[in-house]
Amino acid sequence: MHKYIAKRILFLIPTIIGVTLIIYLVMNITPGDPGRSILGSGVSQADVDAYNHLIGYDLPFFQKFLNYLKDVFLHLDFGISYVTKQPVFHEIWPRYIMTLKLAFIGMVLSTVIGIPLGMYAAVKQYSPMDTAASIISFLLAAIPTFVLGLVLLFFFALKLKWLPSYGIPDWSGYIMPALAISLPIAAQNFRFTKSSMLDAIRQDYVRTARAKGATEQLVIWKHVLKNALLPVITQVGMSLGLLLCGAVVAEQLFSIQGIGSLIVERITYKDEPVIIAGTILISICFTVVMLVVDVIYAMIDPRIRAKYTKTSKR
Amino acid sequence: MEQEKNLILEIENLRVTYETDLETVEAVNGISFQIEKGKTLGLVGETGAGKTTTALSILRLLPETTGRIKSGVIRFEGKDLLSASEEQLRGVRGNRISMVFQDPMSSLNPVYTVGDQIGEAIRLHNAGISPQEVERRVDEILEMVGIMPSRKVEYPHQFSGGMKQRVVIAMALCCEPELLIADEPTTALDVTIQAQVLAMIAQLRKRLGTSMLMITHDLGIVAKTCDDVCVMYAGKLVESGTVEDIFRGERHHPYTEGLFGSIPNLRTKARRLKPILGLMPDPTDLPRGCEFAPRCEKCMEICQTTKPEIYREGTHRLYCHLFDPHILETGGAANGHE
Amino acid sequence: MATKKSPSGASYVGGGKWKEIWRRFKKNRGAVIGLIMLAVLAAVLLGAPLFVFYEEAITQNMEFMLEKPSAAHIFGNDGYGRDIFARIIYGGRVSVAIAILATICSCLVGSFLGAIAGYFGGVVDSVIMRSLDIFMSVPDILFTMAVVYALGANFVNLIVALTLAYFTNYVRLVRSEVLTLSEQDYVEASRAGGAGGLRIILSHIIPNAIGVIIVNTTLNIAKIIIYESTLSFLGLGMPAPQPEWGQMLSEAREFMRKAPHLMFFPALSIVITACSVNLIGDGLRDALDPHLKS
Repeated sequence: MHKYIAKRILFLIPTIIGVTLIIYLVMNITPGDPGRSILGSGVSQADVDAYNHLIGYDLPFFQKFLNYLKDVFLHLDFGISYVTKQPVFHEIWPRYIMTLKLAFIGMVLSTVIGIPLGMYAAVKQYSPMDTAASIISFLLAAIPTFVLGLVLLFFFALKLKWLPSYGIPDWSGYIMPALAISLPIAAQNFRFTKSSMLDAIRQDYVRTARAKGATEQLVIWKHVLKNALLPVITQVGMSLGLLLCGAVVAEQLFSIQGIGSLIVERITYKDEPVIIAGTILISICFTVVMLVVDVIYAMIDPRIRAKYTKTSKR
Repeated sequence: MEQEKNLILEIENLRVTYETDLETVEAVNGISFQIEKGKTLGLVGETGAGKTTTALSILRLLPETTGRIKSGVIRFEGKDLLSASEEQLRGVRGNRISMVFQDPMSSLNPVYTVGDQIGEAIRLHNAGISPQEVERRVDEILEMVGIMPSRKVEYPHQFSGGMKQRVVIAMALCCEPELLIADEPTTALDVTIQAQVLAMIAQLRKRLGTSMLMITHDLGIVAKTCDDVCVMYAGKLVESGTVEDIFRGERHHPYTEGLFGSIPNLRTKARRLKPILGLMPDPTDLPRGCEFAPRCEKCMEICQTTKPEIYREGTHRLYCHLFDPHILETGGAANGHE
Repeated sequence: MATKKSPSGASYVGGGKWKEIWRRFKKNRGAVIGLIMLAVLAAVLLGAPLFVFYEEAITQNMEFMLEKPSAAHIFGNDGYGRDIFARIIYGGRVSVAIAILATICSCLVGSFLGAIAGYFGGVVDSVIMRSLDIFMSVPDILFTMAVVYALGANFVNLIVALTLAYFTNYVRLVRSEVLTLSEQDYVEASRAGGAGGLRIILSHIIPNAIGVIIVNTTLNIAKIIIYESTLSFLGLGMPAPQPEWGQMLSEAREFMRKAPHLMFFPALSIVITACSVNLIGDGLRDALDPHLKS
């Protein structure tokens, strides 16, 4: 087991480097250079070139990339923002925390809403509750986060005036953005859990359990649930990617000071260091969560666990 | 029935259908048979003949959404199982009647140890049993099926196919049931393992005095293990009797003859094998007359319009117009054997 | 054997596979509603330019600013007095076109890579799958934003960006499909019969995997429509003056209090389009795999 965890953590390193490379590469396609962007248009080309040379911008691509990696992962130095002329990291960190908070609240909500409902709907298939949840989940699959957010804004902030429409003055500020990003994911978790449960219910070993004389509760809670929830764990982990995307939109919509709204804002100013840093930080979070999910999965599923545990008996 | 004292299981006129929005599959169409205490009945037929459906009906384990028992009586030791409550039935399942399924690969739960899965059956039918006692009985039954008790902490994927089937059999026999339903227990196994598993089942049955319903399409297994035989075709019995009746008797249903004609025999002269031509009828649209008529070499006019009656010769029963005394007299067709 | 009974009681009839699928599809009420909705939508989007002109969608006319729906402007007018109906039509045409093209591109690119990975296995497979893992570690909207930012927002680049975000699904799907299918006996048999790799892929694997691919493609179109509208909501869609549903909603926010109808129509368009495509996708999935429903 330790071997598996060690292997997964080791694989994290090339993944994060790869992610950084992809983003760095994509961003290098755009015209423009840091010297001109930071010093402004009033400075002579010679000074700009001198600055670019100083920060190593005129080096070959791979050299530049290696330097960037070194700066980022050894010194947390993501460069200097073209807009504020300040180190990117200081500006981005608090907003990063905000985005993560939002995404994790969304993750908890979508899990707590989606999975139990999915379980219930599978066990009581075709009950009114199943039908209602299925229809709602179907509709939510067709509603983009920002439309859902706009609808929430319209009713709860504008018409009913229950909730604040801008930013996060207190805890109530989290309600709408968290709902807007988590409801579509809850719907997805619902569908996934339900079909995973229905799939497990159809398995031969469930019939075996019934043939043993097991009660319906025992069949569901012991034999179906553990098998059905295994793939759901991965699904919940994967959903963080979508929740982070949702957070980007929700921040923009509800004027929350997160990384998403920062990136969207800085795209207009072509503030590349901030865009790169934001994208990398969010990807790292996603990668780490996927690692945790894989490890949890392996700890629960004996088939994977056995591959990495030395069996002494036999 | 006459010899009620000896019967462990009686099935009368059982009809089962699978119903979906789109179609109705008539899987079992009025079959009747009985198993005597301590004896083995073989249920033989092609894939799709309704053998497994019959077995599942006994324990009422048909797929809930589609499977329907339309009519019939299933009596276990004189008690009607079809009208029993779900709770009464749970007391029977795994305790007094247990079942071994065809595919050992999928009939064990992959996320629990084999010891846990066997122990579960023991716990379910022995309320208040101590954990130590459960462990002791698990060890005991594993030893009986030839698995080292130390392997009980392993998971199903760590066992080979034959070993898994042993685990399944251990699970089925751990509560010493009166009746064992074995649904093609060796089909998924290698031929050498098949013989081992069959021998083991026979030995355990002898020790525990268990009756058995053996479902198979392998006539070799029938000859080796069964006392009585029912041949099934398209949801109906076509012939039944003792093993001697079926393997030695002179007169047979054309379908049974076909079955024997389609397996090689070392003792008779090597001719070509004679397969049964054609396919089983569509169970959503069965023929009006005899189900076998479209494939029958000796098909007569009456076969296409009227379902045959039962014709008895002692323990031997035939469901075919060929054996109708009237037709025999008028010489409607050549008599049915070589 | 002509029919094989499965435990759920469904039976598969060999031959006339597509006819059978269509028969099942027709029985699904939701799927038929979806198909009708989509047909109406397609007719409106394709036919409307005969009655409504692109100029109406982009010409600003302050005297009609925030006008409520009327006979002349059935969906009303937006903050710049532009006809909302015309903007919905022309916005829809471009969004749906982008979604369909991006889906096709991602399907082709992804299926190709997936088939290669699955068929050749070994090093090729590892390289493709490991790169894919890295690719998928970037949450897709951020990646698309980066690509659109780097390349600039226009019709072709949006398709490129969306393709890059969505081809990964197909790689995994087709790879696993190829892996399962190449273990099947009939594929082994044709390989033993001397059939080459390409021939096996073309004659056995594609026809068998096509069902899953079609279902996924249909559901993906809906996802990309939603996704594309999100991009345009964030200001990363087609450049002005081209209207788009997401961008219309983004503009409507300002007037939420005074003129909610600005929000209503584009939101409804997105939801209806995505719904009808999803209904068809779900219907296809059930029709192709009757196991899941019974």
